[in-house]
Amino acid sequence: MTAYALRRILGAIPTLFVIVTLAFFMMRAAPGGPFDSERRLPPEVERNVKAAYDLDKPVVQQYFLYLGKLAHGDLGPSYKNKDFTVTQLIATGLPVSMRLGLCAMTLALLLGTLLGVMAALRQNRWQDYSVMGVAMLGITIPTFVTAPLLTLVFGIYGVSLFGHDFSLPVGGWNGGALANMALPVTVLALPQIAVVSRLMRGSMVEVLRANYIRTARAKGLPVSRIVIRHALRAAVLPLVSYLGPALAAILTGSLIVEQIFGLPGIGRYFIQGALNRDYTLVMGVVICYAALVILLNLLADIVYGILDPKVRLA
Amino acid sequence: MIATGQTLKSSEEVQGRSLWVDARRRLVRNRAAMAGIIILALIAALALLAPLLSPYAYNEVNYDIIACAPNWWPVEAACRAPGHIFGTDSVGRDLFVRVLFGARVSLAVGLVATLVSLLIGVLYGATAGYLGGRTDALMMRVVDILYSLPFVFFVIILMVLFDRNFILLFVAIGAVEWLTMARIVRGQTLSIKQKEFIEAARACGVGPFAIIIRHVIPNVVGPVMVYVTLTVPGVILTESFLSFLGLGIQEPLTSWGVLISDGADQMETAPWMLLFPALFMAVTLFCFNYVGDGLRDALDPKDR
Repeated sequence: MTAYALRRILGAIPTLFVIVTLAFFMMRAAPGGPFDSERRLPPEVERNVKAAYDLDKPVVQQYFLYLGKLAHGDLGPSYKNKDFTVTQLIATGLPVSMRLGLCAMTLALLLGTLLGVMAALRQNRWQDYSVMGVAMLGITIPTFVTAPLLTLVFGIYGVSLFGHDFSLPVGGWNGGALANMALPVTVLALPQIAVVSRLMRGSMVEVLRANYIRTARAKGLPVSRIVIRHALRAAVLPLVSYLGPALAAILTGSLIVEQIFGLPGIGRYFIQGALNRDYTLVMGVVICYAALVILLNLLADIVYGILDPKVRLA
Repeated sequence: MIATGQTLKSSEEVQGRSLWVDARRRLVRNRAAMAGIIILALIAALALLAPLLSPYAYNEVNYDIIACAPNWWPVEAACRAPGHIFGTDSVGRDLFVRVLFGARVSLAVGLVATLVSLLIGVLYGATAGYLGGRTDALMMRVVDILYSLPFVFFVIILMVLFDRNFILLFVAIGAVEWLTMARIVRGQTLSIKQKEFIEAARACGVGPFAIIIRHVIPNVVGPVMVYVTLTVPGVILTESFLSFLGLGIQEPLTSWGVLISDGADQMETAPWMLLFPALFMAVTLFCFNYVGDGLRDALDPKDR
């Protein structure tokens, strides 16, 4: 297992290399640079600034300089956020984005599994149809529609039930307080809850037809025990291989959610960086995201190997 | 057994049912999918006929009726704009026409980008699957590497750098979506190339490229069609996602993403600006998904 994990991590290096190369040359190929502004700098100042960031050298040389620094874990200084290195910026943003993403992922997996199993157990009855209908809604209504709608309902109109006020703050991070996290996490999780419940229903329906489930039923085991002990373990497999794409989707969604709710995560840095041509910042965030996706895919494969004895990781 | 000859003889007179006739029959019987097709056709017709359906132009600004509710709006509104059935936007343009023009752009992006992904994915997948061996391993390795790239980020970089080029948007999104298509087609090709008719073609001296084009690709149409109907909504979502971030379609042209983005800004005072584009988009995506599911059931009956 360790050997397998190590080999996979080594195998990720060429992928990361491709990503770095692609992103680097794409950014450099475009017209405009980080120090073009409305007011042109005096030529000698501009020359000095460019020299300080190695931007006066040929692109290929810049590329190798960047690779050299990257190999030492140095992502370079941010061109636009003065006095900050990209590593510092990512270090402040990543915990926010990670916390948001992990909460959304956990919520999606738990709720999605629950709904999917429910639908499968009541296949072709109203419970099934309503769960699947709602799931289809969750898939088709994009994040940037649910976010303003939920903000409108919970933030602006305010909701009070049984004398309690359920209003929620509609923006800001506030150190990750639960109330501040509630709306962004819900918005981020909704489409994933939908996908997970569809996946779960599909595999659960299949598994429930298996012979060993019939055996378990014939033994007189209660349904809850059959589902939890026997069916779930097999049915959860397709879900495990969906973890990678789910993470990618949540990362993409977090771009929007961080923007709408004004959260200080790395998604915002990415958009700002791209708009400002802050080359190093954009590169840093892309590398960070790619590493995350690769890591989670690896984790998913290892978990799959543990859950499914038919798969040998070697 | 004795009766076999007899039944064979009588069955010769029966009209044969092809896979496609069967599939169409199953599709027609699927109510959700048929409703989806009809609604999609309706939306497409509305989008195409947009200039004829309203006296207003999509870029006709009217500063007298800024963000006014339609006449029938049930909630109290600051102002009303008679004649504008969806109300007006924040510079007084007719929202109905803008939603329909947004439909044009969103549907066009969806279809064109899907076509791009179809073209690349089918050719690539069929070639890899048919040639097999080391070529296949190498080609699919490339797909695997590309798969783990955070592609949306590259599309965003592209859109920022090349100044929100309209054509580039089609190509960039299409270039993201072809990977899954290539995998599906390769898998199908691997099983098809074992069939006798391919062997026959090869025995007749047909070249590999001609076999791929003439014999392999026509036989992967089924799964590809299912995937296409599921790709279109994905592409529409990606486009609106980019437009929402301000990286997609530029004013005065519009798309559902742009309209939703504008609407989200104004939703407290003018909720209709969010409601109508969001509704159109959700219904369209809904329909595409149901049609895709219906097609899958129709073409692959054992999956039901």
